[in-house]
This record gives sequence, C-alpha cells and structure tokens, in this order.
Amino acid sequence: MALAATVFTLLLFSSFVVGRSRARAAVSGSEQLKLHSLPNYHGCYVALWAGVPALLILLAWTALEPLMLRTIVLDAIPERTASMSQQELSVLFSQIQNRAEGAFGVTDADETLGRAIETYQSLKRTSHSAMIAVFLSVCVLCLLFARSKISVNFRARHAVERAFNAFLLLSSLIAILTTIGIVCSLIFESIRFFQHVSFTEFVFGAKWSPQTAMRSDQVASEGAFGAVPLFLGTILIAFIAMCVATPVGLFAAIYLAEYAGKKTRAVAKPILEILAGIPTVVYGFFAALTVAPYVKGLAEALGLAASSESALAAGLVMGVMIIPFISSLSDDVINAVPQTLRDGSYAMGATKSETIRQVIMPAALPGIVGAILLAISRAVGETMIVVMAAGLAANLTLNPLSNVTTVTVQIVTILIGDQEFDSAKTLSAFALGLMLFFVTLALNVIALRIVKKYREKYD
Amino acid sequence: MIDRRSEEYRKRSALRMKKRYSADRRFRIYGQGALVFGALALCVLLISIFSNGYTAFFRTKLALDVTFDPDVLGVAASDQDRLSLEQADYYPVVNNSIYAAIPGELARSERRLAKDLISNGASIELREMVLEDPSLVGKTVRVQLTASSDLDQLHKGNAPRDVAEGLRRIKDRQLEWYDRWVQEGRVSLKFNFNFFTSGDSRDPELAGIGGAIVGSLFTLFICFILSFPVGVAAAVYLEEFAPKNKWTDLIEVNINNLAAVPSIIFGLLGLAILLNFFNLPRGTPLVGGMVLALMTLPTIIIACRASLKAVPPSIRQGALAMGASPMQVTLHHVLPLAMPGTLTGTIIGLSQALGETAPLLMIGMVAFIVDIPGGVAEPSAVLPVQIYLWAESAERGFVEKTSAAIMIILGFLVMMNLFAIYLRQRFERRW
Repeated sequence: MALAATVFTLLLFSSFVVGRSRARAAVSGSEQLKLHSLPNYHGCYVALWAGVPALLILLAWTALEPLMLRTIVLDAIPERTASMSQQELSVLFSQIQNRAEGAFGVTDADETLGRAIETYQSLKRTSHSAMIAVFLSVCVLCLLFARSKISVNFRARHAVERAFNAFLLLSSLIAILTTIGIVCSLIFESIRFFQHVSFTEFVFGAKWSPQTAMRSDQVASEGAFGAVPLFLGTILIAFIAMCVATPVGLFAAIYLAEYAGKKTRAVAKPILEILAGIPTVVYGFFAALTVAPYVKGLAEALGLAASSESALAAGLVMGVMIIPFISSLSDDVINAVPQTLRDGSYAMGATKSETIRQVIMPAALPGIVGAILLAISRAVGETMIVVMAAGLAANLTLNPLSNVTTVTVQIVTILIGDQEFDSAKTLSAFALGLMLFFVTLALNVIALRIVKKYREKYD
Repeated sequence: MIDRRSEEYRKRSALRMKKRYSADRRFRIYGQGALVFGALALCVLLISIFSNGYTAFFRTKLALDVTFDPDVLGVAASDQDRLSLEQADYYPVVNNSIYAAIPGELARSERRLAKDLISNGASIELREMVLEDPSLVGKTVRVQLTASSDLDQLHKGNAPRDVAEGLRRIKDRQLEWYDRWVQEGRVSLKFNFNFFTSGDSRDPELAGIGGAIVGSLFTLFICFILSFPVGVAAAVYLEEFAPKNKWTDLIEVNINNLAAVPSIIFGLLGLAILLNFFNLPRGTPLVGGMVLALMTLPTIIIACRASLKAVPPSIRQGALAMGASPMQVTLHHVLPLAMPGTLTGTIIGLSQALGETAPLLMIGMVAFIVDIPGGVAEPSAVLPVQIYLWAESAERGFVEKTSAAIMIILGFLVMMNLFAIYLRQRFERRW
C-alpha cells in the first residue's frame, strides 16, 4: 500500500517535470516565442492527465472486482449453487472468500469448495496483476497524450483552472451528498423496519421491549416496538435540561451584554466557553458518578423514592452543558439590538432592568426563541450523558425521579456490539434515528429561519 | 388633579423609586447568580474529576524479596538461553516471594488471599527483568512489584476499611498483612508510567491510556486530511466562485443544518454506508476518522468562509489589476490571508471531534483492545470511548482511571485551544 502510494507520487512528480521541461523546450532558443501559460501550469496539466484517469480506473476496478469475482466463482460450482437462495449464496461466497484469504485454512474444504477456492485465488491473482498493468499503462498513455498537446500557444493554465474549479465544485457538493447519505441510509433501513412493524404501532404504541427471538424455537416475547415511552423520556429529560439552561443562560447573557464591564466579560465568557468545550462523555461520567447519587440521597432525605439512574440527574447535567449555547447565542442577539432603542428608553427615565425587560427583550425575543429551539434540538439529540446517566427501562412516566430511557439511549444500546441487519430489533434503531433526524432538522430549520429573519431586521 | 408638591405624592414617589431601584438590583443579582452558577458547575465538575483521578498517576508497589530459583523457574542451570528464560513460568516465583513476606505457615485459603494482593502483571515484570539481566537467575533481590488493584485502592484510601468484612474486597487477614508491610516500609506509591504507555486491560492496575491516545491521534489525522482540504475547497467555491442561485442557497442551508444534526446520526450514516455498504473495516481509525470528518466539515467551511469574507476587496482588485486570473487571485492572495482564521476554526473543529463519542460507538470502536494500534486500518480504542468503557466497568479501580483519562483528554483540549488562540493572536490581521 505504502509502496504503491510512493510509486504513484513519483509518477505524478515525474510527469510534472516532463510537462514543464517540454514547455520550456518549446520556446528555447527563440526570443520571440512566448508561452501562453507558465511552464508550471504545463507540468500540472500533464500530471493531472497522468493521475486522474488512472485513479478513476483504479476506483472502478476495486468497486467492481468483488462483484465479478462472485459471479465467476459461483458459476464455477453450478452443482452446488443451483438450488440456493440469494442469502445462502452470500453465505457460501463469504465462506469461500475467508478460506481463500487464509482466515481459516483450506484443509477442511470438500472437493467442490476446494475448486471454488482455487478459482477465487487464481482470479484474485490475475485481477491484481491485470489491475497494476492497466493502471500503469493508462498512466503512461495519458501522460504521452498530454505531453503531445503542449505547444507554445497551448492554454495549459485554462485547462488546469477548469480542473481545479471542478474539484472545488465537487467539494462543495459533499455537504449535499452527506445529507442525501443520511436520509437514504435512515429511510431504507426504516422501510425495512416498517415491513415488520406497522408505522402506527411504532408511533403510538405504549410498550417498548425490542427483544425478539433469534431462533424460531426460542422462548421469547415477540418484541414490542411502541416508541411513546422513548419519546416521553426524551421530552422529560430535555424539559428538565431546558428548565436549568434557559433561565441561567438567558440571565448570564443579559448580564454579560448589559451590566458586565470589560473585565467581567473577559473572565466570564471563557468560563462559559469551557463548559461548551467539555466532551459530553465527561458530563456523562460526572452525572453518573457525582450528581446521580447526590440526587438520590437528597430525594430520599425528603422521603421520596428515587432511582439511582434518575431522569433528574441526567437532565440537570445536560442543562449545564446547554447553558453556553443559550448564553452565547442570546448574547449575540441582545448585542444586535440597536443602541438607539436603549437610549430612548433611558431618556424616558426607565431603569436598566425596565429597559431590558420592556424594550430589549421584546426586540430580541425572536432571536432568543431561535436560540432556545436550537438548544432543544441539542438536548433531544444528546447521547452520551443519557447513555451513561439515564436508564434502559422504557417506563411510561413523567416522574423526574424515576428511571426513563430516551431515543438516543435505545439507538446506542441496540447498535452497540454485534448486529443482524434482518432483525426488527436492529432496524428499529434506524427508525428511531429517522424520527430523531426529522425532529432536530425541523427545529433547526425553524430556528435558523427565525434568527436569520431577525438579523436582517436591524441590519 | 395630582398635586405634585404635596407631602403624600413625594412620599409615594420616593417609595416607588425605591421599589424600582431594588427591582433593578434584584435583576442584576439574578444575572450575577447565573454566572456564578455556571462557574460553580464547572468548578464542581473539575474538582470531582481531579480529586477522583489524580491518584491514578501513581500505583502501589510492594517491595518483595524475589528468589529467581532456577528449579522453580523450570530452567536448568546450564540452559539459560533467551528462549527458555522467556518461556519460563514466573508465577511461582512471585507467589513464593509474597509467602515469604508473611511470617508463619500459611493455610491454603490464606495463600490464595496472599496471592490476590499482587497484580497479574507481576510475573511479566519479573520476566522482563530477567531477560534484561540473565545473571539474576539464582540470586535473591528486593523487587518493587505492582500490587493488585484491591491493595492499590486500599493504600490510596479509596476503599474504606472501617466497614463490615463482607462488604469489603480486602479481608481482615489481608489488612493485617498490609499494616505489617506498611510498618516494614514495603508499600510505596510510584509514578505510573505504565498508564501512559500500555493499552487497556481487564485489571485496573495494569490498564493504560497509551493505546487510546495513539488511536485518537490516528483518528484525528484521518479526520484532518479528509476534512481540511475538502472544507477549504468548498468554502472557496461558495465564497469566491459560486454563482448566486437556488443551488448554492441549497448548499448553504444544507451546511448550516449539517452543523446541527445530532452526532449519533452521523454514526448511523457510518454504520449503514461505510461499514455495511462499502465494507470498510469495523472499529478502525479509518472509518472513525471518516465519520468525524463529515461532522467537522461544516465547522471548517463556516470558519473558512468567515475568514474569506474578512479579506478586503482591495486585495482582490489589486491582484486582478496586475493581470492575475480569478483562480490565481484566490489561491495566491486571498486564501493565504484567510488561512489563520481557517486554521483556528479547523483546530476548534478537531477538538470537538476529539471529544466525540456517540458516532464512534455506532461504528464499533467499543471493542476491548489491548494492543496499541499500528495503523489506521487496525481496530483501536480512542480516548472518549475508553472513558466510556472504563466508566461502565464495575470495578472500583477503574473510577480513578476514568477520571485520569478525562484529565488527559481535557489536557489535550486545552492545548489545542491554546494553540488556536495563539494562531489567532499571532497571525490574524484586521483591516
């Protein structure tokens, strides 16, 4: 791998040198002749031709090779594969593959399987050497072609810039591709899930226990996929978090924007930013180790029954995590309110707090609502705190001292470790992911729109 | 008609003013209270982590007189080549040395209790000693051996000794020996280098963070080489070349929304597409880095666009006037000026990626991995996932390890952020 990369880099470099010296040679010995583009552009042009087509072929080859191998190898043993379903074929092929690549050895294979393994190995070898040959010849041919085009008037710079522009455009499309990837992967797996479980049962069902029987003879419950307890748990924890984060974040923002002097700001802002920079897994550990026992002790001192994995502990810590989001966004919004509004209010004899409450807050309200919506979307999608501090039992309750579970906790518990992609249990994680994605997306779109609209108003 | 000069009006007005001012003061105090709350939460968090974690940087050693008896080791006196020393059984040597440290004859059950006080790693320590200096065979030397996690926690005061015997992991008999050893000066705390160099282990006293640090570095490296060029290219295109139309608006909205998608969704994307569709190796820095790169991309694009916007148009016009093509203007003049801001944003994005856990759990980076990874395509642990795994372990000894690992990750984050601040202050220009 490293060797191939080195050879390829050397090839690119030498083609660059070839192009550059060719361009220089085209004008050498003459005072009148002038290249249209600088020699380096000619070098880049040749290097691009040498590199890009060959790389594309390499990519296509590696993508198609397994498919071709599979077809040919399975065709080589028709007596074995004739009566097999698609799934059995896949299993058989991966068996052949593993053995051929020496994971288990070939010793225990029977005659047909041995033949298939031999076919696989020889094909693989041929394919490998053929790939290297094709790759190198394409490289050299394209290099020669590009070199032949170089002349005094050749517009190498234009060609190179066009190629670079294409690279820039492709890069900016990655964001779109990512979104499409997310939506597709979630939707395809969710459709498979909804073939097992009806949509209404999933959205309105009140019982969640995703354990299904692995084998048909196993004694296990059918598995219930009513996600209401998860939604309720998520809402409960997010609500507790917002109860902490909204007042604290908002008052912190007001104080920083309106009251605090330069020195206080210089100290307080970084402290809030540190809160935002701490990894969520650290908050999760803190919630589980320090806050949860404290909450339990406090509740028991008050004579209340509390679970050791209470929603309250997870929510409180999540609230602390979200404070900086609300405070920094609201701080920006409050600072964007024009000074003239404040001055007008002071001129009428209002005190500072009256100005804030009756003039600045109404003016900044849309932006603050946007900030709160963004914070809610963070709270709903937050994973590690709840995984470590909230429970696994899907209880249908609104009691903050009891043990609830959330959408993200269930996704993690279902998908951690080994998965089978044909069981409803595994697929249900993707359905939950889909719900989570659309809810947070809706919150974000609304919030960003409100914030944007509001910003334009005072610009 | 109100008489503004009447005594009553003045009294009421003074009272009203007092009320209004006290309301103002209250409002101010709420604001201060909010800030104090934030600072307090941060302090409590840090103090609870530090007070739990600093002991993990030390480990308890037990000084024992070890006799490297060739008969016990199973190596003949004549045949002490490297291989036989490597394959020799050092367990009995360790056990004999601890029995020797306890006076009197030990019953079978007592022997077991005694053995439990020394780490499983002690025999490996002895083997390494002998391999380094084969002349030790046949001699008796005093060696500092690593104590077991139970003894370690007792010595550090993390495990209470004044509870009923059934509730403690250390039994009364073991306590008796421990107190005796403390008096003899055999028990000591030594700096735990092993914590930084070794990989994970089932035994808390042997577990280290080295494998996770290397895994995190690999992952961040992949994340950087993928997200930085693509992010900068996308930002340059959107800011300098893209026409203003529906398509570019769509891309913009998309980027802003991607920045706010929950991280676990990126994990689902990695699982469904990178692992199941493209069959990339599970639980490796390669896949982890790719997923984190997709998450870091919006941060880099947004930061780079902001810095490109801040470059004054006069730079572009000057370069254009000198005959540079638009691409040359951007690559030779505008982008270099926007680099400090872009790098600052990139480092902040990478520091978020360093602490990200949930998507890595989805792509299988949760396996128990003892070895330090040698490349990006080998399964490996990463710092935040190691923290998660240790936090979920039931053993008492892992609590301090978790806290210590958190201290290390926070240390990395502080360094990265300081570097970002340095870059910003040193290179950023204001026009």
